[in-house]
Amino acid sequence: MSFLSTIINGLSVGGMYALVAIGYTMVYGIAKMINFAHGEIIMVGAYITYVVFSLMGMPVIVAVLASIIGCALLGVVTEKVAYKPLRNSGSLAVLITAIGVSYLLQNLFLLIFGSAAITFPDFLPKGQIHFLGMSISYVSALSLVLTCICTFLLLLFVNTTKLGKAMRAVSEDKGAAELMGINVNNTISLTFAIGSGIGAVGGVIYGLSYSLINPYLGAMLGIKAFIAAVLGGIGDIKGAMVGGLLIGLAEAFTITYISSTFSDAVVFGILIFILLVKPAGLFGINVREKV
Amino acid sequence: MKKKDIRQFILSFALALVIYGAFMFAMNSGIINSYWSGILIVACINVVLSTSLNLASGYLGQLTLGHAGFMSVGAYASALCSIYLGTSFIVSLFIGALAAALVGLLIGIPTLRLKGDYLCIITLAFNEIIRIIMLNIGITNGAKGLMGIPMSTNFTIVFFSAVITIYVIYSIVKSRHGRAIISIREDETASELAGIPTSYYKILAFTISAFFAGLAGGLYAHYITILIPKVFDYNKSVEILVMVVLGGLGNLKGSVIAAIVLTILPEYLRAFSDYRMLLYAIVLIAAMIIKEKNLMPHIKEKFSKKKDENKEVAE
Repeated sequence: MSFLSTIINGLSVGGMYALVAIGYTMVYGIAKMINFAHGEIIMVGAYITYVVFSLMGMPVIVAVLASIIGCALLGVVTEKVAYKPLRNSGSLAVLITAIGVSYLLQNLFLLIFGSAAITFPDFLPKGQIHFLGMSISYVSALSLVLTCICTFLLLLFVNTTKLGKAMRAVSEDKGAAELMGINVNNTISLTFAIGSGIGAVGGVIYGLSYSLINPYLGAMLGIKAFIAAVLGGIGDIKGAMVGGLLIGLAEAFTITYISSTFSDAVVFGILIFILLVKPAGLFGINVREKV
Repeated sequence: MKKKDIRQFILSFALALVIYGAFMFAMNSGIINSYWSGILIVACINVVLSTSLNLASGYLGQLTLGHAGFMSVGAYASALCSIYLGTSFIVSLFIGALAAALVGLLIGIPTLRLKGDYLCIITLAFNEIIRIIMLNIGITNGAKGLMGIPMSTNFTIVFFSAVITIYVIYSIVKSRHGRAIISIREDETASELAGIPTSYYKILAFTISAFFAGLAGGLYAHYITILIPKVFDYNKSVEILVMVVLGGLGNLKGSVIAAIVLTILPEYLRAFSDYRMLLYAIVLIAAMIIKEKNLMPHIKEKFSKKKDENKEVAE
């Protein structure tokens, strides 16, 4: 594989990671917790698309919209049922609950759909786009374009709208935001909804690029996307995008030039390195601990 | 050691001996068949795993998801010693546990600067890296599995390994060092200000925890006699965590009971084996919400009320 096609591959996988990482980063920014179940929500998104498109025979747009709405709802419900009761308790309790939710979703889908991989509907046209002498598959192009669009819209939303302002306020200081008349509960729900909805797009792209889905897909994807979020500086949307693309590139280069078996190890190595050298991530700001 | 402590020690040791004697008698006389004695061996290994994880997660308060990784280091190290160096079983076990402790120390020094969520993720990452290494280096025979490990684990050795683990961790927790470890869980900054070398105690607890995980790994390797890297993945770590959480974080007795129950119960619930993991997940969520929301008194109240009502009806 040539250098250029490695880059394209990396960027397209990276785009998918970025879409998932945005969810982690938004939830962390606002609820100060790692939503361990985020990867599983993406898995659910891929399955919803499969069910609506392949089993119910709906058009693609409906399937994708259903998956986005379904995931957004799932995100909100998870938050309300599992995380909200623990909002004021220690991180250990929240973390264990999040692991529980992730496990619950994974095993629920394992029971419903079985552990065998299911062929994901291939609704994109075959073939490649030729662009500046490079050939890019439709999935790769779509992944990159969607990542850019989602990040752009999200940044626009967070920085310019009133709801976005509320979000930023809640992430800065929950108590003060509440005193200013912001509905903290609704804002947190909205964040979970947006993060999970964008994650669903990532799930669809996963299905399109690997064409096989199984209930375990969320685990690894989730961890890698989380690493992307940490790399970019958790809590920062731009950072999640850049981190996602960087992780994708690192993975693609390892596969091409070293060995495919070590690609996961390299990604984990990046996590360890970044946490030890600059735990705040590339775009993060070091926050001093107040006593 | 105070007189009271000595008496307690002798009493507990005698109790352990009595339990051991009862089980041995039951096994030899055929009351417990070989199938169930196998399950008892697994239960004892799980006791070692859950009590050791409880030291790191329950008492130290650092949630680690790498326990299966340490277990695999211990398992492979001891198995390789037994196969290639021909060391005796006890020596192999000890080498395995030391190897796991060493890896725990190496991982612990840099990572324990991190807290909470990050520590959890990074230990998970190390777990995966260890698994990938085991999968790809030649000496472990990769995904095909390491075979030819002598079957040396028997009930006696696992039982006393479990007893020693419980005793050592109990002694640590009850000692001055244990109080330092617990103070880190309660408030790291405050305990640092009180002059407790927090980094030292974090690494100490983490390393001891890894040591016993390695011991459990060695016992497992010499019981199953074939090692496949896939066994020691994230799910295994979560399974151990479920035992600790169900038994109660920072509760040694609870860990022991939960480990035994969660090993034996699935055998009775064979018909529901598909739902086992689902149940684990619900246990994790429910245990946390009930504990944090302090629902237990309410639940107890409800039950006792019902009893009272029943009594009234009966009267």
